[in-house]
Amino acid sequence: MPIFKVLKYNPKDGGEPYFREFEVPTHKGMTVLEGLYHILEQQDPTLAFRSSCRQGVCGSCAMHINGMYRLACETQIAAMGEHITVRPLAHMTVIRDLVVDMEPFFRQYEAIKPYLIPAQQPGEKEYLQSPQERARLTHHVDCILCAACYGSCPVVATDEKYLGPHALLKALRFVEDSRDGATNERLAYVASDVGVFRCHTIFNCQQVCPKDLDPTGAIGKLKMKAFWAKLKGKLPKAG
Amino acid sequence: MKFYDVVIVGGGLAGLRAAIAAHDAGLKVGLISKIHPVRSHSGAAQGGINAALGNHPNGQDDSPERHAYDTVKGSDFLADQDAVEIMTGMAPGIIYEMEHWGCPFDRYENGKIAQRPFGGGGFPRTCYGADRTGLYLLHTCYEQVVKRGIEVIYELFVTKLAVNGNRCTGVVGMNLHTGEFETVGGKAVVFATGGSGRIYSHNTTNAHASTGLGVAIPYWAGVPLKDMEFIQFHPTGLDGSSILMTEGCRGEGGYLLNNAGERFMKNYVSEKIMELAPRDIVSRCIQTEINEGRGFEGRYVHLDLRHLGAQKIMERLPGIREICLKFKNIDPIKEPIPIQPAMHYTMGGIDCNGDGVTPLDGLYAAGECACVSVHGANRLGGNSLLETIVFGARVGQAVANNIKGDSGGADENSLNKALKEEQDRFKMLRSSDGKENPYDIKNELSRIMFDKVGIFRNETDMARAVTEIKILRERYKKIRAIPDTGKFNYDFLWVTEIAGNLDTALAIAVGALNRTESRGAHYRMDYPKRLDEQWMKHSMFSFAPDGPAISYKNVTVTKFQPEERKY
Repeated sequence: MPIFKVLKYNPKDGGEPYFREFEVPTHKGMTVLEGLYHILEQQDPTLAFRSSCRQGVCGSCAMHINGMYRLACETQIAAMGEHITVRPLAHMTVIRDLVVDMEPFFRQYEAIKPYLIPAQQPGEKEYLQSPQERARLTHHVDCILCAACYGSCPVVATDEKYLGPHALLKALRFVEDSRDGATNERLAYVASDVGVFRCHTIFNCQQVCPKDLDPTGAIGKLKMKAFWAKLKGKLPKAG
Repeated sequence: MKFYDVVIVGGGLAGLRAAIAAHDAGLKVGLISKIHPVRSHSGAAQGGINAALGNHPNGQDDSPERHAYDTVKGSDFLADQDAVEIMTGMAPGIIYEMEHWGCPFDRYENGKIAQRPFGGGGFPRTCYGADRTGLYLLHTCYEQVVKRGIEVIYELFVTKLAVNGNRCTGVVGMNLHTGEFETVGGKAVVFATGGSGRIYSHNTTNAHASTGLGVAIPYWAGVPLKDMEFIQFHPTGLDGSSILMTEGCRGEGGYLLNNAGERFMKNYVSEKIMELAPRDIVSRCIQTEINEGRGFEGRYVHLDLRHLGAQKIMERLPGIREICLKFKNIDPIKEPIPIQPAMHYTMGGIDCNGDGVTPLDGLYAAGECACVSVHGANRLGGNSLLETIVFGARVGQAVANNIKGDSGGADENSLNKALKEEQDRFKMLRSSDGKENPYDIKNELSRIMFDKVGIFRNETDMARAVTEIKILRERYKKIRAIPDTGKFNYDFLWVTEIAGNLDTALAIAVGALNRTESRGAHYRMDYPKRLDEQWMKHSMFSFAPDGPAISYKNVTVTKFQPEERKY
């Protein structure tokens, strides 16, 4: 029976965070998330963790499991061995147990204007977009905002103003969209002192992304685009 | 005290779209959700959203009217046809709008939105973005909410309506971030809280969040529910976890095979339809194969995609492949997928009309928690995403029209009364000296529902289910005390959800027991025929402590007279 070692913390108790161990009976195909539910239901009703879809698409249950940022719902217990250490995501304030404060994460997402700013007024029907143009969005649009990348990023850890890999990936998704008309405005913002040039290209975000997306590559692309746009005098001067 | 023109409860597609419509009509909107909106289960929808765009080469003769006919026939003639016509008529416009907002639909060479065939559709009319259509639509809608600066309060867990006379004045819930109960008042309240799949927690495609409490809360407040006995079992849940394997798998050409390697659907429906019959029919066929020994390990059949080839699978069904690899350690490029039917969707819900208006003044409903009814006894794949956006938008607009000129403020008396009741309930749960584990009750309920109120139903089993659910409700009164954790008291959340599960489940079981016919997803071994004269009626459920009081309401027929449903 594997042992779950789960970080527990409740500021209400006035205490420090500590690890509590639980023996968890398993079955074939059981995931770490199911293990956490077993603990909540049968052993410790105070355990706090976020979850919803349990199929890797809602992004609720990113946490630090055996040394890696992962979605608990997608992580097979059998692949983790007999000892499973579960901690909350890093670089965010722990509210209780495995629940962290996501506010800074979502504020940075909002800062990049995460919505289409259309290049032209729509007609009666759809904007036409070729399959090749659509292909430029592939993968970038699959981000589930789980914050695994954010938790793994050492720049996020040391610079609270840094937009973070999730927001920059989202920025590229709109820069690459043939329907979007705000490319230069977007590039100017991501090239500012909170953006892509803060990235040290450490590849953690690429390594941990549970959807196999590539925020590191996205940041690299944005750097190139911003660099050339700036050289060609296309970017508005920083205010 | 928080007060808005309109309080929207639920941050999935219906709630977000309602928020946008209400905001654009000039209202002050407060959107509340127990989870962050992007975590909503709309995002798990895979295969697509229906609209008669006519973009597919074989879809040029498609029309909203054909879409309406397919929907009504799919519903086994229980849908209200006026509502269906509204939905299919608005479908093309709302798809274009989502596209204009940036939704990354797949495309044809000519640049138009791509469409694929889906079950029960006369034409290929399901618009898609790979097999992540729900994710794309949900994020696109949330992006528009961000753009508009609409106020979103997430992780506020609504548990009760505030009511003054026959008027809903707001909601009460626990703010998980503080552990305190709060009131949120509104001139109107919209419930867009999603489905109730977790009543069948061992065998559902639904998220943990899809508990149906949003159906139970109005029900407890006296709002009738409608057509609760109609539960959709999706044909293709992944063996074991029941994770959805999109109908798009079959839309793209996937086969269903029994243990003899036979495409068994040919024994049940016409060769033209095969795997793309409506879901209720395909689920019964699969379960029959399994029950009669033609499945594998007595449990599942195969969904075979191998002949589609690696490229098509990687392009059109990448999410399915990812799920199979991560949850089952199989690669559908090389191996067939083991699947079994799994509870997927509640056709019934809060009784409302095409503007989301419920019998309780000031309360509206949209999306899966609502029953307009556009799905009748069986929903077609691709129509649920459509319903959320169409009726979300309509409800937002309807609220704006209906509260015009209402300059009233928060009804503090009724809000504070509801607040006090919830605080008292919390204290009671805290101080219980009972011994029952609430989660044992939830788990037993799920087994009762799947075994006795499942795909194939009969009087004996359902009568037993009703008795057993009533016993569980008694046991729930003796549950152990919940802890007082302060912030993020998930035990309180789940224990409250279970109370909703029990009463909603009882409505489902009693409704199914009463309906002595077979229609759509409600299939009775002892009454295998559809009986229009007696039963072409909506079931209406009113809450009573001993179990629901049931009455019946006529179905609205416009263009399509009932006919035998053959595929």
